[in-house]
Amino acid sequence: MTELCDLTGAALSAKLAGGEVSAVEILESSLGRADTIDDRVGAFLTRTPELARERAEELDVYRATGAPLSPVAGIPTALKDVFTTNGVRTTCASRILENYVPPYDSTAWARLSGDGAVLVGKTNCDEFAMGSSNENSAFGPVHNPWDPTRVPGGSSGGSAAAVAAGEAVWALGTDTGGSVRQPASLCGVVGLKPTYGLISRYGLIAFASSLDTVGTLTRCVRDAATLLSALGGKDPRDATSLDGDRLDYTEGLEDGVSGLRVGVVAEASGEGVEPGVGMAVEAAIERLAALGAEVAEAHLPHAEYALSAYYLIAPSECSSNLARYDGVRYGLRAGGTHADSVAMMFETRGEGFGAEVKRRVMLGTYALSAGYYEAYYGQAQKVRTLIIRDYEAAFERFDVLASPTSPTTAFPIGAKVDDPMAMYLNDIFTIPANLAGVRPQPSKPISASAFVRRSSPEDPSRAAPAAETIRATLARITATATRICPVIGSWRTSHPRSTATTGFTCAYVLTSDVRATRNNHR
Amino acid sequence: MPVDIDIDHVARLARIQLTDDEKARLKVQLGVILEHAARVGEVAADDIPPTAYAIARANVVREDVPEPCLPVEEALRNAPDREGDRIKVPRITEIGS
Repeated sequence: MTELCDLTGAALSAKLAGGEVSAVEILESSLGRADTIDDRVGAFLTRTPELARERAEELDVYRATGAPLSPVAGIPTALKDVFTTNGVRTTCASRILENYVPPYDSTAWARLSGDGAVLVGKTNCDEFAMGSSNENSAFGPVHNPWDPTRVPGGSSGGSAAAVAAGEAVWALGTDTGGSVRQPASLCGVVGLKPTYGLISRYGLIAFASSLDTVGTLTRCVRDAATLLSALGGKDPRDATSLDGDRLDYTEGLEDGVSGLRVGVVAEASGEGVEPGVGMAVEAAIERLAALGAEVAEAHLPHAEYALSAYYLIAPSECSSNLARYDGVRYGLRAGGTHADSVAMMFETRGEGFGAEVKRRVMLGTYALSAGYYEAYYGQAQKVRTLIIRDYEAAFERFDVLASPTSPTTAFPIGAKVDDPMAMYLNDIFTIPANLAGVRPQPSKPISASAFVRRSSPEDPSRAAPAAETIRATLARITATATRICPVIGSWRTSHPRSTATTGFTCAYVLTSDVRATRNNHR
Repeated sequence: MPVDIDIDHVARLARIQLTDDEKARLKVQLGVILEHAARVGEVAADDIPPTAYAIARANVVREDVPEPCLPVEEALRNAPDREGDRIKVPRITEIGS
C-alpha cells in the first residue's frame, strides 16, 4: 500500500485542501519512514521532529478556519545542510561548522516556511557541497535507497536519498557543477537547477559564488515547478538575484512538446558514457520525437574544456570564500594554547577541513597565486566566455538541449574515493550549464535542465525571450518529462537496477520588466 | 606532464596546517588535476574577453536605510571564546621588540 509519505507534494496538497488528511498525519507518515530506515540511508544530519509537529499542528488549526493554503503548505520538506536555519544547527557536513547554530534563516527557507512548508530535517551532503558521491561528508556517507552499497551521488546526496526513500516529500539542494542534477539522476528523482540568480543565495553558505544555485529535488515535475514558483523572485539581500517578482512556473504544464525544437548534444555521447545511460537517453529522445518534438543534433564545441575551466574557477572562488573559517568569530577553534592567532588559524583549518575541501582550497590558492593567475584563472574565465557563446549559438536553433545528466549510474561506495579526477568526471555533462549560468536543468528518469539564454545588452536584436515564452518552455519540457517517466514508485516495492536521466537545458532570461502575481496565500 | 607545485608555499598562503602524508598526497593529486586544467590555455585566445559572472551585475545599490541588527548575545552565541561583549583570540602581535 502506498503510504502518505510516498505521494507527491501535489497529491498531498490536494488531499489537505479537500480535508482528506491533516498536516499532522502527513508529517507522521514521513517521520515514521525516517524512523524506520534512516539508519540505513543516512540522509539526515539533523532531524527536527518536535519543531515539525508544532508547525503541522499550527497549520491544521489554520486550515480548519477554511483559509486557503499555499501548495507548499503542510508538505514535509528537507533542506541540504548548507542552508542556514534560525536556531537549527547548520554544519555543511564539516567539522569546522559542527556546532554552528545560525541566528537567521536563508531566504530560500524563509520563503518556503512563510508559505507553510514543514521542515523535517537538514540533510547530509559532501562537505561544503564539494563532491559527487556524498562520501566527502565529515559525518559519514549517504546510501542510495535503491541499493545501499552504492552512492546516492552528490553533493546533495542526502536530499536526493531522502526524497527517493520517502523521508521527505521534497527537498532543497544546491548545484554548483551538478550537485542537484547528478544525485537526482542517481536516485531517480527530479532535480531542477534553475538559472543562476533566479533563487536568492542569501543564507546559502557559499562554495563558489559565481556558480552556486539553489535547486529542488522532487518526485514529479509539477512539484519542481511549484517549488520554483515559491522560491523565485528578487531578494534585496542577494545583489546577484535576478530582478522580477515570483512567477508561476506551473502554468502550461500540460501543453505538450509538439513543435518544440530539441537539440541532442553531440559532444555528450560516446566515449565515457555507460551504454545503459546512452540507451536510456536515446529512448527518451525517441519518445519526445514521437510526441511531436523536432529533434536534431546540437553542438557545444567548447564543452570539452568545461571541466578544466570549472576545476580552476570553482576552487579559486572556494579558496576565497572559505578563508572566513579561521576559528575567530564562529565555528571550530582548534584546542590547546596557541603561540598567536595565525598559528591558531593554521591548526583550526588543518583540523576542521576534510581532504576534498583542503584539496580544492589548495588548488584555488595555487591558481590565484602570483605568477599563475593569468595562465589558470584568467584563461578559465575566457573559456567560460566561449561556453556561453556555444549555448547562445545552440539556442538560436533549439528551444531545449538534451544530454545524459551523468555519464554513469550509481557506482559502489568507495569506488572512486582515491581518484579525484575520476570523481570529477561525474559532472562533465552538468558543469557547462553552471559556467554559462544556464537555466533550469531538471534531472529525473529524464532530467530537465532549462537554461535560459542571457540577454545581450550589446545586441538588442538578441534580446531575451519574453517571460511567457520562458515559462512555456520550462513547463512543456517538464511536463514531457513527467509523461515519459511517470513518477517513480515506492523504493520498497519497485527496484530498478539503476536510474539514469536525460538532462534538458532550456534557454531563458528573466528580464527586469517581468511582472507576475505573487502567491500570497498563507 | 603533471604540474610540479611547491606544496609548503601554497599551504602557507592558504593557512592550512598539513601533515607530511597530506602534503605528499596533495602534491601528486594537484599535479594531475592541474595538468588537466591547463588545457584551458589551448583554446582561450587573446581576443576572448573573460567572464566572471554569467549574468553580469554592476554597482548594485540600495537606499541607506537603517535596519535592526543582531543583538549582541545572538551575535556572540557562536563565538569560540569571549570576554564581555567581545570575541577573545590568542595574541595577534609579536612579543618584544
